[in-house]
Amino acid sequence: MVKLADASQATEKLATRAAYGTTLAQLADEGLPIVAVEADLAGSTTTKKFAAAKPEYEKRLFDCGIAEQNMIDVAAGLSLAGNIAFTGSFAVFGTGRAYDQIRNTVCYSRLNVKIAPTHAGISVGPDGGSHQMLEDIALMRVLPNMRVLVPADYAAAQASIRLAAQTPGPFYVRMGRAAVPRVYADGVELELGRAYVLRPGTDATIVACGVEVEQALKAADMLAEEGISAEVIDAFCVKPLDVDTIVASVEKTGCVVTAEEHNVYGGMGSAVAEALAAVRPTPQEFVGMKDRFGKSGAYEELSAYFGLDAKAIDEAVKRVIARK
Amino acid sequence: MDNEMLAETANDLRRDIVRMIAEAGSGHPGGSLSCTDILTALYFGGVMDYDAQNPTYEERDRFILAKGHAAPALYAVLARAGYFPRAELMTLRKLGSRLQGHPDCNLVPGVEVSTGSLGQGLSISAGMAAGLALNGTDACVFTLLGDGECQEGQVWEAAMFAAHHKLDNLVAIIDRNELQIDGPTAEVCDPGDLRAKFEVFGWDARDIDGHDIPALVDALAAAKADRGGKPHAFIAHTIKGKGVSFMENQVGWHGKAPNAEQLEQALSDLAALDPKEA
Repeated sequence: MVKLADASQATEKLATRAAYGTTLAQLADEGLPIVAVEADLAGSTTTKKFAAAKPEYEKRLFDCGIAEQNMIDVAAGLSLAGNIAFTGSFAVFGTGRAYDQIRNTVCYSRLNVKIAPTHAGISVGPDGGSHQMLEDIALMRVLPNMRVLVPADYAAAQASIRLAAQTPGPFYVRMGRAAVPRVYADGVELELGRAYVLRPGTDATIVACGVEVEQALKAADMLAEEGISAEVIDAFCVKPLDVDTIVASVEKTGCVVTAEEHNVYGGMGSAVAEALAAVRPTPQEFVGMKDRFGKSGAYEELSAYFGLDAKAIDEAVKRVIARK
Repeated sequence: MDNEMLAETANDLRRDIVRMIAEAGSGHPGGSLSCTDILTALYFGGVMDYDAQNPTYEERDRFILAKGHAAPALYAVLARAGYFPRAELMTLRKLGSRLQGHPDCNLVPGVEVSTGSLGQGLSISAGMAAGLALNGTDACVFTLLGDGECQEGQVWEAAMFAAHHKLDNLVAIIDRNELQIDGPTAEVCDPGDLRAKFEVFGWDARDIDGHDIPALVDALAAAKADRGGKPHAFIAHTIKGKGVSFMENQVGWHGKAPNAEQLEQALSDLAALDPKEA
């Protein structure tokens, strides 16, 4: 079992993006040939912190200006020269704007490029629907050779970046802008292809990823007060998905709720449904964006407005239990 | 190789190209034949350092075929250079073959990166040139783009990036055959004066006859040696379908295979051009 944040850590709020630049610098300190490629957002994504960590890292950050397609393929070229190349930008531009580059060069050639943008999901907040990427897990998940990681918090983001850097080939690491509560203890190590049971339960399974993991844990607390025992699983590795852990859980509970800060079409919930349909068809409720764009607002307001908060998960669990 | 041998080699490559496309029953002869002399100069004129027996040694010069649909030309060159048996050329585009319709770097030794989606090769080449410079490797990156390909906006993102980073170990060659699938480039969406465009983006750019192999060898070797702080662009003026009478300058031969009769005619046209016969 992975180590979770203790009471004092759990009060600390940090954005997943805050792990980006500093973790790249640590990996470079350890001798990995890290390069970061940006599209005029090195400050926002925090890759500037990588460049600033040591004088020799300055020339390992390539800012392409506002040119995301070039960013991906420059990273491809850098990887072909022996580097581990991380690309940045916001998730909406860093995946969608450069999809063909990610498909036809990074994935088709199976290059050592890590697509690691920040500012995914509605947690971007006031910038509104144009900037709230809610389709990226779907876009990245369907690409052959791509692995997809959606870390829940700062420590999980550190572990995910580390995992992507240390495993050859294409990765997508999804990070957010908002400061969110800590789920994991410092220095947690996460394995490729593993999902983690963070809280055992018997009545329903909640599979979550990203910022929804913390909401799922809150929902489990709320449900416990009503005598409902929910098992909470962090499926931070959406691809390859840990089907065994999820199946083992639903064998026990008989139903599942998936929760993600993403369209309910094509994301982690769909991945769980695909897997369960093949081996153990299970009643499922989907918490996520209901096939719509986001809008401006504070993150917490939007989370409640769009039905992505702990209350929405709590209600979905009750619905799915009724369907057993 | 002396100039006569280079001309002979290019002619042999053209025969391989039309044969393999005819055998495949599909493919892109026009743009493969227009760039054959350029590839001949790079690989057989002593411009590029490479070793077919050791395809990935670090100091090698790199070639990236941005216009991936000219794969038959690249395959013919790589086979002749010894990367794989020449007999394999006749498997082009067939199920189970390494020789995909567009080059796959995970299948074919000597292919540095998979291409086929236009507009990406210059960015990849620029990233590679930046990476080699970062490693302190002296190698040079050559890339071949189509002129129609220059309609892709990403080409100009890459042009800006390469000049900004002073990638003087990068040489881009534009196969300026003036035709694309829908018609003449000037009529579809005119790329205009490409030399002037690259120059204004900060490149060392010049026009060249894309069928004058000795001139190509001299100019490309000079560009490789010139580390004056600017990337190099050559607008290589070429004839689409070069060497095959009925394909030359014909839009219709962009992506069509010759039938058996047309293949015979093509081979006879090329035989007549052979320096040995002249």
